[in-house]
Amino acid sequence: MPVADFGDAGVVSTETLNGVAELRAFLRGLPGVDEVGASERAARLATRSIKTSAKAEAIDLAISMVDLTTLEGADTAGKVRALCAKAAHPDPADASVPRVAAVCVYPDMVDVAVRALDGTGIGVASVATAFPSGRAPLAAKLADTRAAVEAGAAEIDMVIDRGAFLSGDLGKVFDEIAAVKDACGAAHLKVILETGELATLDNVRRASWLAMRAGADFIKTSTGKVAPAATLPVTLVMLEAVRDHRAATGRQVGVKPAGGIRTTKDAVKYLVLVNETAGPDWLSPEWFRLGASSVLNDLLMQRRKLATGAYPGPDYFTLD
Amino acid sequence: MVFEYAPAPESAAIVDVRPSYGLFVGGEFTDGHGEPFKSVNPADETVLAEIARADEGDVDRAVAAARTAFERVWGPMPGAERAKYLYRIARIVQERSRELAVLESIDNGKPIRESRDVDVPLVAAHFFYYAGWADKLGHAGFGPDPRPLGVAGQIIPWNFPLLMLAWKIAPALACGNTVVLKPAETTPLTALLFADICRQADLPPGVVNIVTGAGDTGRALAEHPGVDKVAFTGSTDVGRQIARSAAGTAKRLTLELGGKAANIVFEDAALDQAVEGVVNGIFFNQGHVCCAGSRLLVQESVAEELLERLKTRMATLRVGDPLDKNTDVGAINSAAQLARIRELADAGEAEGAERWSPPCELPPQGFWFAPTVFTGVAQSHRIAREEIFGPVLSMLTFRTPEEAVTKANNTPYGLSAGIWTEKGSRILWTAQRLRAGVVWANTFNKFDPASPFGGYKESGFGREGGRHGLEGYLDA
Repeated sequence: MPVADFGDAGVVSTETLNGVAELRAFLRGLPGVDEVGASERAARLATRSIKTSAKAEAIDLAISMVDLTTLEGADTAGKVRALCAKAAHPDPADASVPRVAAVCVYPDMVDVAVRALDGTGIGVASVATAFPSGRAPLAAKLADTRAAVEAGAAEIDMVIDRGAFLSGDLGKVFDEIAAVKDACGAAHLKVILETGELATLDNVRRASWLAMRAGADFIKTSTGKVAPAATLPVTLVMLEAVRDHRAATGRQVGVKPAGGIRTTKDAVKYLVLVNETAGPDWLSPEWFRLGASSVLNDLLMQRRKLATGAYPGPDYFTLD
Repeated sequence: MVFEYAPAPESAAIVDVRPSYGLFVGGEFTDGHGEPFKSVNPADETVLAEIARADEGDVDRAVAAARTAFERVWGPMPGAERAKYLYRIARIVQERSRELAVLESIDNGKPIRESRDVDVPLVAAHFFYYAGWADKLGHAGFGPDPRPLGVAGQIIPWNFPLLMLAWKIAPALACGNTVVLKPAETTPLTALLFADICRQADLPPGVVNIVTGAGDTGRALAEHPGVDKVAFTGSTDVGRQIARSAAGTAKRLTLELGGKAANIVFEDAALDQAVEGVVNGIFFNQGHVCCAGSRLLVQESVAEELLERLKTRMATLRVGDPLDKNTDVGAINSAAQLARIRELADAGEAEGAERWSPPCELPPQGFWFAPTVFTGVAQSHRIAREEIFGPVLSMLTFRTPEEAVTKANNTPYGLSAGIWTEKGSRILWTAQRLRAGVVWANTFNKFDPASPFGGYKESGFGREGGRHGLEGYLDA
């Protein structure tokens, strides 16, 4: 009997060419998301007041979850090496600061980052699949992915084909994710939904499940190249999705909001959201990441403020 | 890892609680002639202040002061002038919002998050809203030049002390009436701070009078022959007594009484938001809400899933110090109310319903009750019929939309109801058939000064809020 493997959806019979129809029915059958209610919930959690010892814990946790990122056309090997040095020792003056989770670069910078991070235990994440638009033939996307993995990337951040998703061609999106997952080999796959282009929270929930069923190890909000990037309501819905997915299948998937997270306050709001939505099981760099770069210096400043009682000026922290 | 939130208490130092308070009559604080009583902080049972008790003579003085102010100053004043005072009060409420919020939480036991983000902003909004009506009454649909009634006697409950004050005083003043208000015995402090705000706003003496006391004071006020209008929010039993006393007199009456609202969740609802709405519907303000969604009606096809999500969510509720900014559920307002909640919850168990609360540590001092849900509840159980006025939810199931409506309407009350579905036509179909004054769709406990609020059947009559709220204070 002809079958297709739909990841966690299980092996589905394609005898009547029903696989995509079943997938679509499943995604359409997910409970809806009320935008007003979800936004209210996210806004209420954002009023949590995290002070003193809880703030200190949250800052260190947030630092350890940062995917320190540089994704510019103007990136140089020197800039990447500087970023790697910062990733390993975010505050050279204070050895108690934890290292960040990963350094995230374009595929052609992977080997530079891998060499710079050798021995630090920090992984290199690479965007791939014609980031950020995803507009390339599948063969090019797979080649992009393989090149990054071969250069030593431990994590691949792929983008989904939003055009296909929005036009209803869910099978194409699913197949691409599955193919990229296959090309990743042992590398972890983060699937970028680009929620700013998905427009509704219903779509965010459906795309989250689609990515998880196709094999995503992480679901990620945004490329950072499209506004709006990560928002609290979007992340709330994705956290609900990974929580429900684990309850249904037993497999835990991580979440990564990316873009627009600039201050310690922002970062702490995300941690509260994780804590009270998906739960404490997600409160580690293994299951939650913050895709950001400028937030790191604010976290370091707030950290030193808590320790010394005084705000150091921005010039006391390195730019990259 | 476990992310423990460190205590984040709002400072109580911002508010200056005096050791004793008098009555506010004719613009002055004066002594009461009854036996003074104490207001207690329900979170730790400490005495906050000693409060004067108004006897019949004190009520008489207050009504006389209100009458004088009505005849000489407030009644003849042009609406545009009255509006200036109301706007001024609204602005002062905003300026002193932290003080009011802290005092409300100390006296009532409600979390500071709610007094800060819900109660006090709504108080200011009500004064702003009705200030806008004061010079436009001829356009409200009650005739070209509707007249005020005179002196309004207003009796308010302890669950939203300052907000209920605003619901009562703002429309009364906008329409040109003067008021004598009696706050609840257990929560008089914000009303007395409001008296100070009236003075700060230079409100003419006698326009607002506040008499403190218990049921006797309320009765003296409601039965006073010099009162033209009685507005009461509270229990159905007391509402009945007031209705009896007003019968056969020329007094106008509006009553906002109890409720046993149904929150109906259909199988196609946005489940995560429905769970939030159910939690907000019953655990908001410790369930001390007359329109609380205390009966959860869930379509049986999703009942199990919803219950599981609900329990998970309830386990994240933070019960404790009302002044901690991270507290979700505060203290029960009084020992008497706690005893009532306990009695009804025990009755629920005795009648065979299954009781569940998340593991939660309650403070040793003060009045506390863990958030509780009952499953396997029948329509005949007391917990499905009587107003508990506490953080206790009764869950029932239904199979068809008709059954949901029948069960929802099968109560002597009719104050509010909630509908959760992603299907617009089902919202309209259900709302048309529910006998409740307020029907929320895909939300709950949402209040706005522009929106009328009030009940059917034993939940009372008359509307507060919006254009409709003017009618109760106009000779229309």
